[in-house]
Amino acid sequence: MSDTDSTDVLIIGSGFGGSIPAYRLAAGGARVVVLERGPWLSGKDFDHDFKFGSASTRVFEFTMGDGMNVLGGNCVGGGSVVYFAAMPRAPRFTFERHGSLGRRLWPGSVDRSALDPWYDTVAASLPISRNDWSDVTYSGGLWAAACAHAGRTANPVPAAIDKSSCTNCNWMMSGCRFDAKRSLLLNYIPSAVAAGAQIRPLHEVQYISRTADDGYRVHFNTLDEVDYREVTGSGTIDARIVIVAAGAAATPVILQRSEQALGEMPAAVGRYFSGNGERLNTAIVNEDKVREVLGLSRPDGVAYEGYQIGKGPVCASWDKLDGDLPEFSRHSLEQLYFPPGFGSILAQVPDATGPSWFGVQKKEILRRWKSWLTIFIMSEDDNEGVFGPPPPTGNGERIAQQMLSRGALSYEPTANTLAGWERADADVRDILERDGLSRVMPWTNEVIGAYTVHPLASCRIGDDPQTSALDDRHELRGHPGIFVTDGSAVPAGLTVNPAFTIAALAERAVPGIVQAAIDRGVGVRYVSRPPEHATVSASSPVGAGA
Amino acid sequence: MTLEAFADTIIPGEQRWPGDRAVPGAATGGGAVTSGALDLLVSEEGGMAGTLDTLALGLDDHATDYAERTGLTLDPAVPPFVALSFEHRTTLTAELTARDSPDQELWVALAMFSVMAWDTGAAEHTVDAIAAGHPGLTQIGFAPPDADGLWRFPDFSYGRVLAPSHPHTTPTGDPA
Repeated sequence: MSDTDSTDVLIIGSGFGGSIPAYRLAAGGARVVVLERGPWLSGKDFDHDFKFGSASTRVFEFTMGDGMNVLGGNCVGGGSVVYFAAMPRAPRFTFERHGSLGRRLWPGSVDRSALDPWYDTVAASLPISRNDWSDVTYSGGLWAAACAHAGRTANPVPAAIDKSSCTNCNWMMSGCRFDAKRSLLLNYIPSAVAAGAQIRPLHEVQYISRTADDGYRVHFNTLDEVDYREVTGSGTIDARIVIVAAGAAATPVILQRSEQALGEMPAAVGRYFSGNGERLNTAIVNEDKVREVLGLSRPDGVAYEGYQIGKGPVCASWDKLDGDLPEFSRHSLEQLYFPPGFGSILAQVPDATGPSWFGVQKKEILRRWKSWLTIFIMSEDDNEGVFGPPPPTGNGERIAQQMLSRGALSYEPTANTLAGWERADADVRDILERDGLSRVMPWTNEVIGAYTVHPLASCRIGDDPQTSALDDRHELRGHPGIFVTDGSAVPAGLTVNPAFTIAALAERAVPGIVQAAIDRGVGVRYVSRPPEHATVSASSPVGAGA
Repeated sequence: MTLEAFADTIIPGEQRWPGDRAVPGAATGGGAVTSGALDLLVSEEGGMAGTLDTLALGLDDHATDYAERTGLTLDPAVPPFVALSFEHRTTLTAELTARDSPDQELWVALAMFSVMAWDTGAAEHTVDAIAAGHPGLTQIGFAPPDADGLWRFPDFSYGRVLAPSHPHTTPTGDPA
């Protein structure tokens, strides 16, 4: 494939924020190039393997910060390849949040009603389905039964998963081997490629500069496919429109690094980061009590022992998603699976007499791993994350060949965030420790600080130029023609899994981007038809990595 | 030997042979060391290999300092960290990985690799590790794959309604 050194629209990142505009703009007639930092893998590549160097480390990025660690996708399809495909809409009250600002964080033009048509568009495009109780796994069922026992409700969570091909293998965090998870590799990406978009994996954007004709020049390095620390080349592409969708842990870094060439960035670039108020609790379940108290039993007579079985989170408690409750006291509690390794290191021993996260007693609770139940808290944090000066390349200094790097994000939770976590922890305990069902401990924040799989808000939309980097059309203030459409545009934590909202916002942003492209002389129109639905995930066209 | 002793402090195991100094046998069953912690640390992919000598020296320096602070006499026949009893290794490791430790990140990384070696066997292919009776994967009860090396759980659900749904759930199954 020949090198394209100019295009109409250059998109940085191929997750929800990148692939959605890539499809719609390419289908509408624009020349589109997508630069993706990670590799391009598809179904057959998503091996069930923890070995370093397998898909599980190739498609992930764990960026350690000071007080906040971010786990995200690093591949074509971005977060959609590694996500758990839980797709609830954000509750109405989240759009009315004030945080600590004392005024509404979201732009006046966006609320749940305004976003619902865009949610509908995404739901039809992936697609997303309701889950029935027959889809709810043992771990989700146990969580639901415990909620009911505590006088609470519990809901099967809508998901972008094809039930007929899902095997409940629970390997979905390293991509879906069976193409049951509806990642972007099955819809927006193949449709974008069919419409002429070029997707270039292993292209890591470093910064953006301006061209003499009021366009932009995007500067990238190419990376080795095994050792991402190795730069194999570099280049530039000129474009009339640039869409930055590198993820909330990388988008602000690219923009910060571009400041020297582009001029001053809005003050909110790299500020107001939210970890979506995330926190995990792990319960060590008493199998006898599960049978006696909840009346649960599997066909083989075992009461539970089902932690490994399933498809990530399938059941959630939404009782505290109540707009009448004060801010920082609302949260959802979602049953979750995390594979061993990342999913066990921070879990703590209840009533530890020595160290709580390592040692003899830790080994004992790990031996009961089949009886673990992990509950994912998504609460309201205070947007307290701040990015320091950008590292020389990428969004962090790479430590390992793949997956592990150190970035410049710092996060010191405020009293509001800490109080929200404490309330949510107590809520989990109240449900799961009743009548001896289990012992519960939150994961420790003492070892690496806080963590999130849903980074948000580091370059957010809003009405106030001081506290939002983007206007309500997702255009970067002071830099016309640059748009941001990933999780960094979401103004604050959502109290639920954010992928659906990120995708809906990206869909909502497209008509404005089309108009901006037209204004900049690009021949393009808005296309509303949904992408095609493939059953086999899109693999890299020959030469795409060249 | 020092790194083995550290890995064993994180996930302890039974002695590999009588008189095993690095692995004193603080727990039954194989621990991080027999689960391949050192293999993972020296793996090219992990990125730690170049720092291991420095980390081992650092651990021994901290062990020497710890012994001086606490009035312990260390057996010179083995490296200082190895010469500490399991209980003292645990106390020192807790200090090194605590939030106020100046090099917390280094020791936490070493600990993470130790845990991952034990409960994921990440130094080898998971299918091979399970077939070979990997100590950690076996002890956590990680289910074996199907014959083709892939996992499937056809039996996965209690299959019945287990809780009332939230009263404000929308027709699409979402929060209101």
